[in-house]
Amino acid sequence: MPRLSYRRALTRALADEMTRDESVVVLGEDIRVAAANVTTGLVKKFGPERVRDTPLSEQAFTSFATGAALAGARPVVEFQIPSLLFLVFEQIVNHAHKFPLMTGGQCAVPVTYLVPGSGSRTGWAGQHSDHPYALFAHAGVTTVVPATPADAYGLLVSAIRCDDPVVVFAPAGALELREDVTEPAPVPLGRGVVRRAGDDVTVVAVGHLVHDALAVADELAGQASVEVFDPRTLYPFDWDGLVGSVSRTGRLVVVDDGNRSCGIAGEIIATVVERVRLAAPPRRVTRPDGAVLPFAPALDRAVQPGRDQLTAAIQLTLKDG
Amino acid sequence: MTGPDPAALYRTVRLIRRFEERAIELVDAGEIVGGIHPYLGQEGIAAGVCAALEAGDLVTGTHRGHGHVLAKGADPARMLAELCGRVTGLNRGRGGSMHAADFGVGVLGANAIVGAAGAILTGAVWERRRRGADLVGATFFGDGAVNEGMLLEAFNLAALWRVPVLFVCENNGYATTMPVAGAVAGTIAGRAEAFGMPATAVDGQDPETVREAAAAAVARMRAGGGPELIEAHTYRFDAHHTFEHRVRLDYRPPQEVADGRSRDPVEIAGARLDPAARAEIDASVEAVLAAAVDFALAGPHPDPATALDHLYASGLTARTGGG
Repeated sequence: MPRLSYRRALTRALADEMTRDESVVVLGEDIRVAAANVTTGLVKKFGPERVRDTPLSEQAFTSFATGAALAGARPVVEFQIPSLLFLVFEQIVNHAHKFPLMTGGQCAVPVTYLVPGSGSRTGWAGQHSDHPYALFAHAGVTTVVPATPADAYGLLVSAIRCDDPVVVFAPAGALELREDVTEPAPVPLGRGVVRRAGDDVTVVAVGHLVHDALAVADELAGQASVEVFDPRTLYPFDWDGLVGSVSRTGRLVVVDDGNRSCGIAGEIIATVVERVRLAAPPRRVTRPDGAVLPFAPALDRAVQPGRDQLTAAIQLTLKDG
Repeated sequence: MTGPDPAALYRTVRLIRRFEERAIELVDAGEIVGGIHPYLGQEGIAAGVCAALEAGDLVTGTHRGHGHVLAKGADPARMLAELCGRVTGLNRGRGGSMHAADFGVGVLGANAIVGAAGAILTGAVWERRRRGADLVGATFFGDGAVNEGMLLEAFNLAALWRVPVLFVCENNGYATTMPVAGAVAGTIAGRAEAFGMPATAVDGQDPETVREAAAAAVARMRAGGGPELIEAHTYRFDAHHTFEHRVRLDYRPPQEVADGRSRDPVEIAGARLDPAARAEIDASVEAVLAAAVDFALAGPHPDPATALDHLYASGLTARTGGG
């Protein structure tokens, strides 16, 4: 079977959608030469009109994409650095997201914002290492965080086809993954998946942390039966899928590479406890409140949620009840 | 190129003027909640620019946007219903004064974030032209917007990619209460020239002068000349926002206000008409607005159960906020 890397899955999704639909255009900085190694080969295949290198004008080209979408395009905007999303939060949340309602349904804004390399990239320090998916979920912008190459392909395809703005966070920690993918296919937005079945505790893991959760579940196999739930889309969230899992296991641990306060882990716990009577208090493993990733690798790692913390959280949850 | 039509220009400025005056009455009566940003005194700019555009051309405007939407051809009755928050409004009561949009006549929305609409229009014109449409766009903004980075980035994109966008600066002398002299380093025309964009300054109080400048710019843009900027000097006759009617803000010298009001676009355009023709237009505008007020006030209020309709074009349903 063909091995597909996460990064190439993104490239393939872009190329397949551009081939299928003339209205798909890609905008971003240094995409012509594929500096982020995601848009490789696209300009040769589709030309510079549909694969547009932009000046360093993030706010303008993000709103330019909104305008193009109002006129019928399906733009994909690539951001090389996750923290640029802070710069264009206004353009995405205050314009792209609000236009359909504010115009009383006169328009749709089908823009995809692709962030290949979100989260820590080790050594990129404070302003290049954020993972701000919870901000977009809070604002109600469709937010996806694929964990695997097949999902990277399938969720990006679905994001491009979606009539709403969608932010696709491709975690740096997952970009080098490869897997056998015979037939890449669209993955529906808003549907999670149980990556590993278990009976004692449900671990919800976001993005690249799915793989850490699976490794921890393997390590704990003798002591506990751990179910790993990958939501894949953080907004809209597959609440029914998660509630189904937690209703069986009765325990919940969330691991999330976002900041603790008002993070997605808090939302997941709140929603589950509204709907399920748990056998033990739920726990979450996250970045600290207000985290800024320090430069030195050991410090960078210390701020990110780690396997040891996840193991401890699972064990405490099992001990509590 | 559209030729001069004094009667049509007068009709547009008169329509906008009376629309604004009727809207202020409805604010005072409590029928328009939240107030409006009156365009009184600036009508010549929207009227002149839109007279130089074709029906298929695109426009984006501002929070002071009623004139732009009306001049491009939106129905005054549905516009007024929108201001009154009725389901019969242009935006089904979801947008109100600052977000009035009519995609059917090429108005892609008034935008309440200063400087935000230029980049959106640039992208829209670019995409339509990529699909083979031979059209141009005009985006309106105030003097305050020339200090917004997003708009200057849009100047650069439009000039670099030769997107035919007419950037229309309505320089009324104040960004809310901040005088231009205290806010703008260099000049507004200089902002455009820095990006290699031709810039023309005109008297915004004379709709015919604005129309001529806009028509010349639009002709050059249609011929492939790239974007241009028009700086239209104008004066806001009334408050920044009707909220000011209730609070006393002291930022404009009375003599300046009197001087500004002495150059009234309605009078300048009206003086070009035979008095009988002018009276006939006035009467027809009154009839249109009387019917618009009736239509607006007769429209049903939206059902609270539909508050989040249109939030997601994909059909996604948001979770409710209650229990």
